[in-house]
Amino acid sequence: MPNLKELSKKPARLTGGHRMCAGCGAPMVVNWVTKALKEGDKAVIANATGCLEVSSFLYPYTAWKDSWIHSAFENAAATISGAEAAYNAMKRKGRIDETYKFIAFGGDGGTYDIGLQSLSGAMERGHDMVYVCYDNGAYMNTGIQRSSATPFGADTTTSPAGKVVPGKQQFRKDLTQIMAAHNLPYVAQTVAPVPGTKYMFDLYNKSEKAIYTKGANFLNVLTPCPRGWRIEAATELDVIKAAVETCWWPLYEVENGKYKLTYKPAEKKPITEWLKLQGRFKHLLKPGNEHLVEKIQAEVDRRWERLLELCGEKEIAKAEVAASNK
Amino acid sequence: MGEALLMQGNEACVRGAIRAGMRFFAGYPITPSTEIAELASLMLPKYNGKFIQMEDEISSMAAVIGASLCGLKAMTATSGPGFSLKQENIGYASMTEIPCVVVDVMRGGPSTGLPTCVSQGDVMQSRWGTHGDHPVIVIAPSTVKDIYYMTIKAFNYSERYRIPVILLLDEVNAHMRESVVIENDVEIWDRKRPLTRENHKPYAADEDGVPPMGEFGKGYRFHVTGLVHDETGHPTNSSEEAEKLIRRLHYKLEKSRDDIVIYEKFKTERCRTLIIAFGSVARVCKDVICQINDDSIGLFIPYTIWPFPDKELLSLIQKNRIERIYVPELNTGQMILEVQRIVFGRCEVLGINKYSGELITPTEIIKCLRRG
Repeated sequence: MPNLKELSKKPARLTGGHRMCAGCGAPMVVNWVTKALKEGDKAVIANATGCLEVSSFLYPYTAWKDSWIHSAFENAAATISGAEAAYNAMKRKGRIDETYKFIAFGGDGGTYDIGLQSLSGAMERGHDMVYVCYDNGAYMNTGIQRSSATPFGADTTTSPAGKVVPGKQQFRKDLTQIMAAHNLPYVAQTVAPVPGTKYMFDLYNKSEKAIYTKGANFLNVLTPCPRGWRIEAATELDVIKAAVETCWWPLYEVENGKYKLTYKPAEKKPITEWLKLQGRFKHLLKPGNEHLVEKIQAEVDRRWERLLELCGEKEIAKAEVAASNK
Repeated sequence: MGEALLMQGNEACVRGAIRAGMRFFAGYPITPSTEIAELASLMLPKYNGKFIQMEDEISSMAAVIGASLCGLKAMTATSGPGFSLKQENIGYASMTEIPCVVVDVMRGGPSTGLPTCVSQGDVMQSRWGTHGDHPVIVIAPSTVKDIYYMTIKAFNYSERYRIPVILLLDEVNAHMRESVVIENDVEIWDRKRPLTRENHKPYAADEDGVPPMGEFGKGYRFHVTGLVHDETGHPTNSSEEAEKLIRRLHYKLEKSRDDIVIYEKFKTERCRTLIIAFGSVARVCKDVICQINDDSIGLFIPYTIWPFPDKELLSLIQKNRIERIYVPELNTGQMILEVQRIVFGRCEVLGINKYSGELITPTEIIKCLRRG
């Protein structure tokens, strides 16, 4: 585990002066990911279209300390593939001495939806890179439209909660699982850092592993968006905590096909703990909508149980029970 | 006279579309067209229609084609980068003659460009964006009221001529709010249906060059392909059939061309100098004409920019013995190329171009006119 004091001394590679909203989780996530780079190493960052892209380099300023490219909405992974391949060729010919790392950032729209093809291609080819999805569960840059990462029941401008239809009607796509199915060296799911929790350094540790494990690796990071989630910025860390403690967003990693839970809540909280904190789910907690909450709870349970199985947690639990019975 | 409603241009587009009978919309968020998708998601269910948000613009366009084949009037909306992604399927709709309306709210480009700023940079892309020698209709409304009624026209043309119709809005008129009088009587056209399901030849055209269109799920058994096909819809390598098909695709528009073109002449009775402008710039030019209040300057607005009202423009040039034409547009000079083709050296043609992401002002145009 890194030491917070030492970490704080490492210079930030995404500096202040960007124009993200107050309370936006994206710059915090980018900062922790890029802090995991060794100080002497350089990075090429590709950024899909999105809030992070439009707000972090407004002329004549840039908040990025590293080389940075935005190409389009659907192709950050392909763009960084090209950069990585060219770097390898130059390195082979002895035309470049420094060590470069290749990192792509995309929101959930640019990753789960329009960018999925380009992401899958880059992962399959196995470029030495990390793709980081900062998942805030909707197209926030164009004003909160649903994406395939938007949770069931959430109110967005294209899945409006009304008298007849109570928000989005589909459960979110499990992108981390899709990436795991690419059989990559390293795939992990994590959250924006929450101080004072056991998983405060989860993002940092996973970033370090992803960046310094050779091959194409993937990180899916739950990232708060006060505007889209309809929350006060001051409460966002509680909301993230609730996502983890209710097992709505489990923290785990898949290293060479081996699943491992990186945090297991002592007591799994009911899903209402996560729903009640956010305005986008307000309608779900009104009388008459209990069945919707049950439906969400059942799906969270199903996915959690399956993950426990994949992580071998069920066998561990069985062994523990057997041991205590002896 | 009907009710007057205050609405945004993008809203007028959705309301017009629903009035025309749109019951399917597939889209993807992109500034400055997102309000169209948002409103469609809110309004369509109330009309028993279907809104789907797709995973990108390619699939939005494909879903629209699928829905139209099943008999629904269908539309999608986008802007610059998304319009580029839709191009392959627009060509497919052109080749397979599947009615659909594609809204492109023009913003600054190329590439991501100026997402929140106005431009008229897609004039040529709207005509030639997809590959191959294809026919297409492009309508460019000027005001919010135009958007409402021309969206209806777009559907009418698309259904009658079995062709994709591009509705070219721009960031200014799409986001502008003004009052629109909703007339009680509006003409709505539907596609022709085949008379019989027996020995159904899906691409056998009537005299107007347009084949009647059956829909999937109603007992018409047919194949649809983007390959060159004969009257049965089956692919063929026959050079004779290929030429016949391409000729007919263009013929159906040429034959009905006079029913299709829409234009407006504003104070052109005695003018010797003519301004030609479309979209938001056209209304700026109306203000110019009113401000200078001089008979010698008139305005010609093409609303169908493809096919361009060339005959009408030419007859005005000849009748008035026009000496000079100004073409103000928010690009480096695209529509001017079409104007020059029509004028063919008969008079002077000068461009007034702005591509900073801002709308051109009446003062700027007047300055150019005075400079001569």
